[in-house]
Amino acid sequence: MPSGSIFARLPEPDRRPVTLFFEGEPVGALQGDSVAAALLAAGKLTFRATPVGGAPRGPYCMMGVCFECLLEIDGVANRQGCMVQAADGMRVSRMLGARGLADSNGPAR
Amino acid sequence: MKRSAPLVIVGAGPAGLAAAKTALDHGLPAVLLDEQPAAGGQIYRGVGEAGEGRRKVLGADYAKGADLLRVLADKGLDYRPGAEVWEMTREREIFFTRQGAVERLAADQLILCTGAIERPMPFPGWTLPGVMTCGAAQILLKTAGVYPRQDIVLAGSGPLLLLLATQLLATGAKIAALVETTPSENYKAALPYLPAALQAPDYIFKGLGFIRDLKRAGVPWHKSARELEALGDNAVLGLRFRDAAGIREVACGALLLHQGVVPNVQISRSLRLEHLWDPLQRCWRPKLDDWGLSEIPGVAVAGDGGGIVGAKASEAQGGLAALGALRRLGELDTAARDAKARSLQKDFRREVAPRRFLDALYRPSGAFLRPSDETIACRCEEVTAGRIREFVALGCLGPNQAKAFGRSGMGPCQGRVCGLLVSEIMADARGVSPDEVGYYRIRPPIKPVTLGEMASMAED
Repeated sequence: MPSGSIFARLPEPDRRPVTLFFEGEPVGALQGDSVAAALLAAGKLTFRATPVGGAPRGPYCMMGVCFECLLEIDGVANRQGCMVQAADGMRVSRMLGARGLADSNGPAR
Repeated sequence: MKRSAPLVIVGAGPAGLAAAKTALDHGLPAVLLDEQPAAGGQIYRGVGEAGEGRRKVLGADYAKGADLLRVLADKGLDYRPGAEVWEMTREREIFFTRQGAVERLAADQLILCTGAIERPMPFPGWTLPGVMTCGAAQILLKTAGVYPRQDIVLAGSGPLLLLLATQLLATGAKIAALVETTPSENYKAALPYLPAALQAPDYIFKGLGFIRDLKRAGVPWHKSARELEALGDNAVLGLRFRDAAGIREVACGALLLHQGVVPNVQISRSLRLEHLWDPLQRCWRPKLDDWGLSEIPGVAVAGDGGGIVGAKASEAQGGLAALGALRRLGELDTAARDAKARSLQKDFRREVAPRRFLDALYRPSGAFLRPSDETIACRCEEVTAGRIREFVALGCLGPNQAKAFGRSGMGPCQGRVCGLLVSEIMADARGVSPDEVGYYRIRPPIKPVTLGEMASMAED
């Protein structure tokens, strides 16, 4: 884990490592982590900026209720980071501000 | 894939798993839908995968939850994890997304076991990154073996606050402070309920055990805290609060909140079931009979989703709801149902014996039910409690009108987090009961569904 994370992991050597990419940067995680758990473990607390005031937000409930952990995952916007399992090569980015409409070339930006 | 089933159970926590077991024990096949990737609900989240290390940290009560998972091996059970229900009709048709495609099912009998969610704990700064619920921290530990290791403040009230603190200590984490908000008058208010609670003394002894362990570990413990404020701009850096000694500040990088749990009523509300206001638990619950049956024929609710009863009592309710469904399907006659129900009813009575004591002891302070004007109430749309009060001053009568006045409850969480808050704030401002101002009208889709997923329905 990069230094600076306030989170630690119990030693669980049997779990398979996976690597996802957050804002283009590789993040090491373990099989069975949700995307939100993987990012928190790596010290990434801020997942998005609110559409209304641009305030920083991160996971609050970790059980699919609060929608604070919304991320863009593999090109799909507004996914709940706590409800998606981390997988090798997954591309994850923050959701900053309000969503635009999708253009013909791909997902909303 | 089959389009109809005699029994569909939604939610694979203690109530749902127990309901499935009772149905299968009587030869009735069941479909079990659960939105999480693994069964157990939140209380036993990840128990099927948790290794020795996690089980040791989380404790024996958690590890015992694995017994409930045995039903998953039964051939008569059609268990579908990762199923997010986004619409249910009063005719018992269920629409859900699973593995990127929409599936639908019509049920003769439906048992909703949607469990509990944490009561919101609003105060200035509660929206900062690094502030999360105690339940969230526990889910991190249960599903990923991840925990905050230092600079932790736990704030709030209730058994989970103390349980999580002991679990964090078992990981070796350093707790900077335990900031208890339980109002001092609650102790006196809870006392009359203590004799009933002692009918299930294990609950009380467990609580005393937590307190002993935390004191022994020397965790700094502040009581009757009020005027909470989370400090920081881009992430939480500390908690400011007032206790008997005056205003204090504790630095932290993880601020874990708890203020009890309330029923997750998103589906029962979307079905327009009648809901009753519980003035002691400060929440609504669907109106149900002794078998968990609602006013819609064939739709029952079991477990915390029908009113907070706890995990063990939820198991009993799940069994009772399944017996009710078996009776309605003609698989059992009334006498057989009643005979089989007796031991479950006895279990239920025992397990709920401490409930009123806990409800009274951990009743939230008014500051968290009706927060200060500058506090954000609706997190999604950033609507403050003060704005909600302005809506009332302008003539807004209830939460549904408040949507039109200022978008509260209209963000992505669809009012799940702020629903109770907005009702309480408006009721207080109008000087009436929350029951009179009512609750948000919940409309499908109650979970996000893409157009592509909906289009997939046409192909199957």
